Amino acid sequence: MKISAFHLMPYRELPSDFETRYESVWVTPPWWELADARRVGQYYNWTLDELLYAARCGFDGICTNEHHQNAYGFMPNPNLMGSILARLTTGLNVAIVQMGATLPTSNPPIRVAEEYAMLDCISGGRLVAGLPLGSPMDVNLCYGITPMEHRERYREAFALTLKAWQAREIFPWNGRYYQLANVNLWPRPIQQPHPPVWVPGSGSVSTFDFAVEHDVCYCFLSYSGARSAKSMMQGYWEVAARKGRDANPYRAGFLQLVAVAETDARAEELYARHVEYFYHKCLHVPGPWFSPPGNQDYQSLVATTRNPVRRPENPKDLRYRDFVEKGYVIAGSPATVRDRLKEEVVNGLHVGNLMLLVQIGSMPHELVLENIERLAREVLPHLRGIWDDEGWVNHWWPQGLRETTAPPVTAWVSGDAR
Amino acid sequence: MRVLSKGDGPPLVFFHGPWGLQWDPFLDELAGSFTVHAPEHPGTSPGRPDDIYQLDGLWDLVLCYDELLEGLGLESAAFVGHSFGAMVACEVAAAYPGRARRLALIDPLGLWREDAPIVNWMLLNPRDLPGHIFRDPDGDAARRMFAPAQDPEAVAMARVRLVWAVGASGKFLWPLPDKGLKKRIHRVTAPTLLVWGKEDRLVPPIYGEEFARRLPGARVEIVDQAGHAPHLEHPEAVARLVRDFLGQ
Repeated sequence: MKISAFHLMPYRELPSDFETRYESVWVTPPWWELADARRVGQYYNWTLDELLYAARCGFDGICTNEHHQNAYGFMPNPNLMGSILARLTTGLNVAIVQMGATLPTSNPPIRVAEEYAMLDCISGGRLVAGLPLGSPMDVNLCYGITPMEHRERYREAFALTLKAWQAREIFPWNGRYYQLANVNLWPRPIQQPHPPVWVPGSGSVSTFDFAVEHDVCYCFLSYSGARSAKSMMQGYWEVAARKGRDANPYRAGFLQLVAVAETDARAEELYARHVEYFYHKCLHVPGPWFSPPGNQDYQSLVATTRNPVRRPENPKDLRYRDFVEKGYVIAGSPATVRDRLKEEVVNGLHVGNLMLLVQIGSMPHELVLENIERLAREVLPHLRGIWDDEGWVNHWWPQGLRETTAPPVTAWVSGDAR
Repeated sequence: MRVLSKGDGPPLVFFHGPWGLQWDPFLDELAGSFTVHAPEHPGTSPGRPDDIYQLDGLWDLVLCYDELLEGLGLESAAFVGHSFGAMVACEVAAAYPGRARRLALIDPLGLWREDAPIVNWMLLNPRDLPGHIFRDPDGDAARRMFAPAQDPEAVAMARVRLVWAVGASGKFLWPLPDKGLKKRIHRVTAPTLLVWGKEDRLVPPIYGEEFARRLPGARVEIVDQAGHAPHLEHPEAVARLVRDFLGQ
């Protein structure tokens, strides 16, 4: 098992009536009314400290991600964060998991190939290269890419990126969307032929087809938990089998919200309002924004129109206990959390690369550190050995880190590191 | 490209709006005086959704319509267009001034004013769409466009057709419906009629003035009791306006 700490970096102090007063958390939230640049500077530093702390506590990887013009997660360039983390984790056996820089919004997309190569060099070959399609809110609404061209641009940019890392000769690229007379990256990644590639998705069938075809790790970034992901992930494994891939669990990643405390009751006391803040405010987005016409290809459009995903409930109607009971969030004592992670997520979905969202909604800095430490000390050691006896190789993890099973170093993290 | 044709008389090419082509009472009215050719925008013909990917941009689309006119054997014709289709008609008339004999544009897209932003109809909740297209979202015109079918498969496929048509038009309109027409519109030589629904909630009637300012000699007709699709809410009256203008 490889277990990474994931951080969105939401704005943690949205007003209590945010979701009734404002249209959306994306694109429209008014900066001048809601935010303060000095405070945001503190957020960035907290986020870096929290991810660094996770690395020092013994998480296998630390994840950043790219989003635009919103209060839900505002690292517009994950590589700025990743470069700091790559430097500060020198000597640690931790992967720099960029989940990642968005290809269709980077023009030309070799900018991503170049920056990832930098990160791989700085980190000494510890980069996991997430190559996301990007959400329609980011790519279509914020960055103006035509929905009909979103996936086409992605596929072209993906092919260009992979070739740019590997080509031995300078080459011209005469594409539909990108034209470059000379491609010759300086630097190239340490990892050869290229860093491990993860493709995040949110349940689109065409994305996991793409991931299987390209033999990369498909990461389902879900906020609804493993139970609601079960049939979708079964579909993924069926496609993998049909296309002749083995059932290596490391072909799949899954994101799970996790909150741990001494007891289940204490977890409710500590986390309830932050979990509700996340689902009620951070995910406050008008439905049609998730899929502007043209964003889905025709086959997917036909499939989802014939069989619409029926949301069993509106998350805004749910409270903490509902989120926990339904598995949206796995929260409680260390025993509760590790049992549920093992049963519902790891075994339930057959997943080898687990990402834990360790900072949820409005969780303050100290509570995030507490969550991270408890996870590292009391949960991770019980999960880390899963899959070992089956002998799978995690081809989607930096080669230099594959063999390490970094022990949690709790003796010193409780001291100065905080 | 598939073209639906009907009627007798001089040729008229109808460029449909972003919601796809439906043969409607307005086209029937025109077919009484003209040979109406109504092409389906690339990608919107049944069974050929991926045709849209053959076009890289607006220039390809304009060439595509030029070739279509060639294929139909029309050296020139009256152009009538609605919304996105009116923008395309205007673009073709600007690129090939000789192709358009006369131009009737119904609530066209294609220009942008910061003081009167156009609603992004591609992001509207489907249930709010009739209220943005029509003055009366419960009227006959809205019912014709959004007729509820009984068969779930028919309902699903009607929805697919609508969404795909909007997506295919969005290839040439996203994220703002200004793709440079303002730089080319002076090339239009065809006499032009601009028809606008007085209560257009997508493209405010001030855009009628904007088009008229850039098309010397163009005339603006405002249609009362109509939204963004006055030809669907008042087919006879708008057809009369268009017919009278084209017949001059």
